[in-house]
Amino acid sequence: MIDPLGPLVAPFVEFGFMRRALAGCLALSVSAPPVGVFLTLRRMSLMSDAMSHAILPGAAAGFLVAGLSLPAMTLGGLVAGLAVALLAGAVTRATTVREDANLAAFYLISLAGGVLLVSLRGSQIDLMHFLFGSVLALDDAALWLLGGISTLTLVALAAIYRPLVMECVDPLFLRTVSRSGGPVHLAFLALVVVNLVGGFQALGTLLAVGLMLLPAVAARFWTRDLGGLIPVSMLIAALASVSGLSLSYQLDLPSGPAIVLAAGALYLASMLAGPRGGLLRRLVRARHLEA
Amino acid sequence: MSAGHGSPDPIRLVGLTLGYDRHPAIHHLDGTVRAGDLLALVGPNGAGKSTLLKGMAGEIPCLDGRIERAAAVAYMPQADEIDRSFPLSVMDLAGMGLWRRAGAWRSLGRHRRAIEAALAAVGLDGFEARSIGTLSGGQFRRALFARLILQDCSVILLDEPFTGIDTRTVDDLLALIRSWHAEGRTVVAALHDLAQVRAHFPTTLLLAREAIAWGATARVLTSENLARVRNLSEAWDEAAPVCAGPRADVPHDHGAHGHHHHEDAA
Repeated sequence: MIDPLGPLVAPFVEFGFMRRALAGCLALSVSAPPVGVFLTLRRMSLMSDAMSHAILPGAAAGFLVAGLSLPAMTLGGLVAGLAVALLAGAVTRATTVREDANLAAFYLISLAGGVLLVSLRGSQIDLMHFLFGSVLALDDAALWLLGGISTLTLVALAAIYRPLVMECVDPLFLRTVSRSGGPVHLAFLALVVVNLVGGFQALGTLLAVGLMLLPAVAARFWTRDLGGLIPVSMLIAALASVSGLSLSYQLDLPSGPAIVLAAGALYLASMLAGPRGGLLRRLVRARHLEA
Repeated sequence: MSAGHGSPDPIRLVGLTLGYDRHPAIHHLDGTVRAGDLLALVGPNGAGKSTLLKGMAGEIPCLDGRIERAAAVAYMPQADEIDRSFPLSVMDLAGMGLWRRAGAWRSLGRHRRAIEAALAAVGLDGFEARSIGTLSGGQFRRALFARLILQDCSVILLDEPFTGIDTRTVDDLLALIRSWHAEGRTVVAALHDLAQVRAHFPTTLLLAREAIAWGATARVLTSENLARVRNLSEAWDEAAPVCAGPRADVPHDHGAHGHHHHEDAA
């Protein structure tokens, strides 16, 4: 092929299932990274990892009831994730133990419960599906779900943007001027859960976190302000989706890990070449200014 | 919006006990902060100054008694919980003060002038686009004062607002506080610098977990009162019995004297 973009584009031109996979991943690429940007800015990066484990028992319960059914497993995952988020939030408010500790406690309980459920009736293969998803087998329902989650996330983020930023920067101030801090925090946790549940259809629970966080962290090497971080992180996620899917097709690799590895490669490249604190920039010491 | 004299008392403390783990940090405090008061809270570490301000701001629940607030309160804590690594501009930080008027969705665009004026009033003109992480300690304090200006509350609570700030900035901020006082706003500030209190604050509450004296600054900050305050034991008594109620020798209920100024309670 002479066209340099050929190998990148060809699989999507040729195969419907690749186009579906791309559509699903792009939907996830505009919704998960902004959530990840707020998570990293709040120093809650690892919280999304905990939440991704927390939704497992719900999805497993859905699987036990209805088999490999999208609505049942999605609903189960949502219920389990929101329950862990709400419980951790409520215990944090009612006691003096911090939220990260409570979240760790609840997600471990939830994860152990999930593994128990899966082992009660299931094989190792089912567990692999939970963890690594099946982006190449997205049906209409799954695509609608991903599109819906993407829409919901963007609308909700726009609606709570200002109090969410205030809650991140100065929670005490928000408490003194408004009661919206608690609801906004919970709404944000719900968005994390919703995106992880959406992501685990496509990429699996573990890798959904990758598309949420890697672009968000990589974006910090390109821009400093919030208005730049969100679009840059979306762009990086979209690039990772296209190149990851394409590579997985060309080299016959599993698609979920390929997408996340592509995002990881973009993170490493950003870390090296990014203009905001990238490693290469550090080697060249710029002359200081007069004032 | 100014709360002139004759407005209802903005803050009344009734048999107020505040504390942590049942141990009182403020014990059976009665009194009234009157509209237009410029009140200094003075006392040693552990006397309950910050606790009282937190209580007035609604940050901590009362262990006993109650706080009656008549108006919205602006509160500047001693140790703020602000994440200064967050990518936020000075303009946006100050603009948070507009929450009551702009809420979650209304545009801040038409308030741009007001934000710039508030930043200019604290000597931060030209800093609008700077990220909050690049400010020095004093500049950051000024930005928080700009936010207080924009909050435009009739009651302002300040917890050690001048700690670690250079004298020029302190003078500027004191001038700002005096202008608030002149506008009829009520200001309560926890302070350690007695000379500053004597020079700028007409009324003082001397605290040592209980009110030692509350009234005109000159009559409160006497050497006798200050000596009594120094005897405060900071440590909790883990075996302390349950409090049976206010002791007879502790003066309280300044509010009963009507609308005159507090008298020296000692």
